[in-house]
Amino acid sequence: MADKMELRDVEVWDGNMAASQALRQVQIDVVAAYPITPSTPIVENYGNYLANGYVDGEFIMVESEHAAMSGCIGASAAGGRVATATSSQGFALMVETLYQASGMRLPIILNVVNRALAAPLNVNGDHSDMYLGRDSGWIQLDAYNPQQAYDLNFIAFRVAEDHEVRLPCMVHQDGFLTSHTAQGVKTLDDDTAYNFVGDFKPMNDMLDLDHPVTHGVQTEEDWHFEHKARQHNDLMTKVLPKIQAAFNAFEKLTGRKYNIVETYNMEEAEVAVVCMGTSVETAIEVSNELRAEGKKVGVIGIRVLRPWPFEQIVEALKGVKAIGALDRSSPNGTFGMLYNELAGTLINCGEAKVLTNYVYGLGGRDLTKVHLREIYAELLANAEAGKPTTPMQQLIGVRGPKISFH
Amino acid sequence: MSEMKKIKNLKEFSTSADRFEGANLLCPGCAHSIIVREVLNATNDDLILSASTGCLEVCTAVYPYTSWDASWIHIGFENGSTAVAGAEAMYKALKRKGRLKQPDREPKFVSFAGDGASYDIGFQWISGCFERGHNIMHVVLDNEVYANTGGQRSSSTPIGGSTTTSPAGRVSYGEKQHKKDMLSIMAAHGAPYVAQVAPNKWKDMVKKIQHGFSVEGPVFINAMSACTTEWKFLPEDTIAISDLATDSLVFPLYEIIDGRKLNITYRPKNVIPVKDYLGAQGRFKHLFKPENKHVLDEWQARVDRDWEYLQRREEAGV
Ligand SMILES: Cc1ncc(C[n+]2csc(CCOP(=O)(O)OP(=O)(O)O)c2C)c(N)n1
Ligand code: SF4
Repeated sequence: MADKMELRDVEVWDGNMAASQALRQVQIDVVAAYPITPSTPIVENYGNYLANGYVDGEFIMVESEHAAMSGCIGASAAGGRVATATSSQGFALMVETLYQASGMRLPIILNVVNRALAAPLNVNGDHSDMYLGRDSGWIQLDAYNPQQAYDLNFIAFRVAEDHEVRLPCMVHQDGFLTSHTAQGVKTLDDDTAYNFVGDFKPMNDMLDLDHPVTHGVQTEEDWHFEHKARQHNDLMTKVLPKIQAAFNAFEKLTGRKYNIVETYNMEEAEVAVVCMGTSVETAIEVSNELRAEGKKVGVIGIRVLRPWPFEQIVEALKGVKAIGALDRSSPNGTFGMLYNELAGTLINCGEAKVLTNYVYGLGGRDLTKVHLREIYAELLANAEAGKPTTPMQQLIGVRGPKISFH
Repeated sequence: MSEMKKIKNLKEFSTSADRFEGANLLCPGCAHSIIVREVLNATNDDLILSASTGCLEVCTAVYPYTSWDASWIHIGFENGSTAVAGAEAMYKALKRKGRLKQPDREPKFVSFAGDGASYDIGFQWISGCFERGHNIMHVVLDNEVYANTGGQRSSSTPIGGSTTTSPAGRVSYGEKQHKKDMLSIMAAHGAPYVAQVAPNKWKDMVKKIQHGFSVEGPVFINAMSACTTEWKFLPEDTIAISDLATDSLVFPLYEIIDGRKLNITYRPKNVIPVKDYLGAQGRFKHLFKPENKHVLDEWQARVDRDWEYLQRREEAGV
């Protein structure tokens, strides 16, 4: 049995430490991992817990991220609790296996510390990597700060390992901005944390030697569609209620409330920005300031990227006239991902909305309060005009001539 | 360690289909199925298996059917070894934590993969597993070609082989490179046991598999797997072709223990010329044209040289 660790009620942790403490507390059975900045400390911390007796699972330091997820898949199919972490190029290398993990309905947890994709090489945060995995059949949760990185890991295990779900889940946090920024994090003691997630209950595990199972079969035109359809159906119908239930249980336990779509200053808001990650917190601050000036501006934070919460988003945006979709990844030839998803969601909501796409923060570039003020000013002008008064897509904070597209 | 199966006689062997069913979609005469059965028949222990993408995988687990009566997983083309290593890690973790359902049983962990999945794309994963010392056996079904995708060259394809990506033509005799020496490479990982086997020498194969199951650490088995479709011979000739391979020393049978001690396990009484082996297969037919005589000569010289080298390594115990 692993030793317990005494934690203070509030620890000063960065996002990586917060995630790895959660992994320790749920007592992962197997971690297979490969280091990459900025997620490396998550597995280093885990190695430390192992070296000091605070966990007693198996730690496989493999030779690549592809092997890390491959090992996690084999381990998960064998019937235990499995997690790992990665970023950027590592995540890109994993993508093949992400589909394999979800297609086999294995509840693996992957902490993704989001980072730009080369070339040019860049170690800093943006969301480009996240979107590589967005159609891979994983649940995707987004944390904006270390506290959330800690809390959402427990939610992730509870939902993913639910036998009605059995799907892998990623917990995202922003590279460096969250992963390397220390803040006060309210903790759970080891027993409380473990009990919130509970014992791992295997299903169709390969190590049940009296009941052999076959994982990862071949299906062609006669069955493939049904498998994918079932997986999609389960994502669309089962996962959000399970997440909501887990959020409710977590609130009861800790008083910390999470929502599938987070709304701030949205009471009678005329305009809103929709964003993810650390920019949500900056936007909240700016909207507070603007509210004090009497401007009806709000913020919507995407907490659950997959499954995409259509209804909750429509609900949150009721009455809003102009929306800015803030994308932190290079659109490279189209609109940003959030813009596209929002456009698809809003087209049937019965209200005319003016939707604008702002691309910001690539490769760790700051999104400042000044930027957000400018964005809100444009959105308010759009709302008043009832149409776009500015280009449909704008790139924020790029040196040189302003880049925008109509 | 649980008791091993004694080596059965041929009749017992051919009728026991405990854990790998004859019901599968492999071509008639495919040596893959013979090898798999021989491997599985060599032990009574529980088995946790993986297969990499390739003929064996696509022909034996077509939903909603499976030919496997042992736990089996397929992830992708390259990572079957790591899948089994992950399962082995989970076994260790759950054992330590007292959570195994059958704590007194010790399953064996085996990954099956083609030469493509082992010599080429999966090489890194296998090397990683061996360096980390997982308690797994990796069995290569070495048919010297990517059969599942229609017969492209791999780094196991021998010189002169005509494949779809190294075709023989008016100005080409086919594959230009010699086959990669995987056994030496895997032995150099310091693996406790590596061996080359062929399905026609089934007693030798069973002994080696049992040896492999008896050691701690990663074991590499390279099994010659004659492919009727890509080597171009009749389905009933699989074992005859295999005999030609082992008796011409094109495919010598030997083992390397602890990365150093080499034992040759089969010495043909009458060594036959390499051209007898090559001539029996369509993939080498063009080598018998006069302009390609130099390739036949090179083949024979290479086999002679390799055999000489193997014998010296055996003598020297290195
Ligand atoms: C990443 C990836 N690349 C390519 C393929 C296509 N592919 C599937 S099986 C195969 C060849 C298999 O050859 P081998 O491993 O020698 O096994 P065999 O079919 O000959 O038994 C290839 C190229 C794949 N499935 N995955
Ligand atoms: S193509 Fe070759 S390896 Fe594949 S099933 Fe047929 S005989 Fe076996």
